[in-house]
Amino acid sequence: MLFETLKLALASILRNALRSFLTVLGVVIGVASVLAMVTVGQGSSDQVIADVEQLGTNVLLVLPGQQAMGSRSMGERARPFTLRDVDLLLEAVPTIEAAAPIASGQATMVFGSENHRAQITATDARYLVASDWPLALGRNFTVGETQGGRAACILGETVREALFGASDPVGESIRVRNFTCEVIGVLEAKGASSFGTDQDDVVLMPIRTFQRRVAGNTDVATIYVAVEDDFSTEDAMREIEFVMRDLRRIGETEEDDFTVMDMKQVASMLTGITGVLTGLLAAVAAVSLLVGGIGIMNIMLVSVTERTREIGIRMAIGAQANQVLMQFLIEAVALSLLGGGLGAVLGLIIAAVVSHLMVIPFAPDPLIILLAFIFSAFVGVVFGYFPALSAARLDPIEALRHE
Amino acid sequence: MPEDLLISLRQITRVYGSGAAEVRALDGVDIDITRGEFVAIMGPSGSGKSTAMNVIGCFDRPTSWQYRFNGVEVGGLSNDQLALLRRHYLGFIFQGYNLLPRMSARDNVELPLIYKCLPKQARIARAERALDLVGLGGRAGHDPSQLSGGQQQRVAIARALAGNPRVVLADEPTGNLDTKRSAEIMELLVDLRRERNLTIVMVTHEDDMAAYADRLIWMVDGKVQRDGPTRQEVQDAV
Repeated sequence: MLFETLKLALASILRNALRSFLTVLGVVIGVASVLAMVTVGQGSSDQVIADVEQLGTNVLLVLPGQQAMGSRSMGERARPFTLRDVDLLLEAVPTIEAAAPIASGQATMVFGSENHRAQITATDARYLVASDWPLALGRNFTVGETQGGRAACILGETVREALFGASDPVGESIRVRNFTCEVIGVLEAKGASSFGTDQDDVVLMPIRTFQRRVAGNTDVATIYVAVEDDFSTEDAMREIEFVMRDLRRIGETEEDDFTVMDMKQVASMLTGITGVLTGLLAAVAAVSLLVGGIGIMNIMLVSVTERTREIGIRMAIGAQANQVLMQFLIEAVALSLLGGGLGAVLGLIIAAVVSHLMVIPFAPDPLIILLAFIFSAFVGVVFGYFPALSAARLDPIEALRHE
Repeated sequence: MPEDLLISLRQITRVYGSGAAEVRALDGVDIDITRGEFVAIMGPSGSGKSTAMNVIGCFDRPTSWQYRFNGVEVGGLSNDQLALLRRHYLGFIFQGYNLLPRMSARDNVELPLIYKCLPKQARIARAERALDLVGLGGRAGHDPSQLSGGQQQRVAIARALAGNPRVVLADEPTGNLDTKRSAEIMELLVDLRRERNLTIVMVTHEDDMAAYADRLIWMVDGKVQRDGPTRQEVQDAV
């Protein structure tokens, strides 16, 4: 009986193939967008975690201000660190292997007639080691260059391409704002980050050079800390916190105005951002499923009216009200499941393409796919129930007379 | 009560509307039908013959009931129980055939068997036997749109018979057919009735068709005016 009803429902859906397709389009778009977003979000989270883990499990990040999940907390701007903080920290905490200060900003680089605006990451020689970023050409900064604040820079691949094209940039000089800077090396191409930004669109320079010539201050935005291999990062974090409180003269009862994070926390903070985004977009997708459901309800009501006489005939030969109800309910559910199936395929294709373009892992989650199906079946039941009920409540005499 | 009394209507009244607009479609109708009878119900339009048919067919709930079908009081049954009664004991033939379009003759005949929850193989076998019975064995795969009116009505008769009903209710079965096809359909009904000991109740407004029945009920204004052997039988007896 159930099988017959299902066959009948499919026959009825296929008979009006175009109408059925247009009807389920809302569900298709809803399911496809949910699946694509969740899958891409998952892939980018995986990528963030992989990126961060690549930095090493013994790396800590010290940031000014209280870092809330996903966003910097509101209120006054936190005091930045200084280079002196970095040196003192290195001196005071014996388990620290290395500490690299980082500051960043943007500037336009000029070479000959070419110019290009890029991100500047200002740091010292240890940055390339800590971030495991090899050079394609030239050399790293020397200690003398970073201490003395020499005007030297290392170009990311995108910047090199924009300014120099095919020629070798090492030994050439580029203009950054109002000073001339010697190119000493080129970084290997890394591609887009998990957030889709171009990681190669960057220029590295010694932090003292940046502070003096670009930023005009002595701020250090972030401190990268590498902990000695044999020591626990938890202990190092506690010690850093203790020392920083002292350095920044924070009273006993006051809260920290800085944050020490290990890479696990960094990863969860970064994936937290994509999590919030995924949630928001999923809500939009849920609205489109709702609209899709209303479309199904509408077309099922039309179908019931069109088939009034058929309903009458079925009742005359002995169909009970709940059998008529089931027939139309199954048709609605089959319709929405069809939409769910098409949407799942479409969503996975979109996710695969986007993942490929963003160079992140394609991470389809079977649970989410199953959930999408359950949800579209649910939409079919909810929005198919009323039309099915109106079919089941028809008076057989009236229904048979219907033209 | 005679043992083979199948249908027993007592003082059935059916009122539509209320107050000044009140219409008494049936006004105290008594009808008894025994097993194997072929009864024709005739009367001018508005005489209540269709309403009587709806009551007998367990479609309509009269304003006051006393209807025993096969010894069961129908008045107290729920809609679902009425549907079961139709499914297992009644077969319907309509003036407009009422076949489902875009479904083969065989699928149409199978329909009541689906509701009887027969397995697929048994359904096909019974549907094809029923189509053979009405002389359409070779047309089982045809859609109603590919069949003539007479053939469509034969499919409808096969559908009515497929479920092995006790009673076949025919509402103007030849209303859409020419004289020749009408005669063929009526002869088919008469043959089937004889072979299977069917009870047939037929509403018609054509004397020629009523002549195939062995009993005629003449209704006027919601009342049974005359109930007796058909003229044909009277003539035969003479």
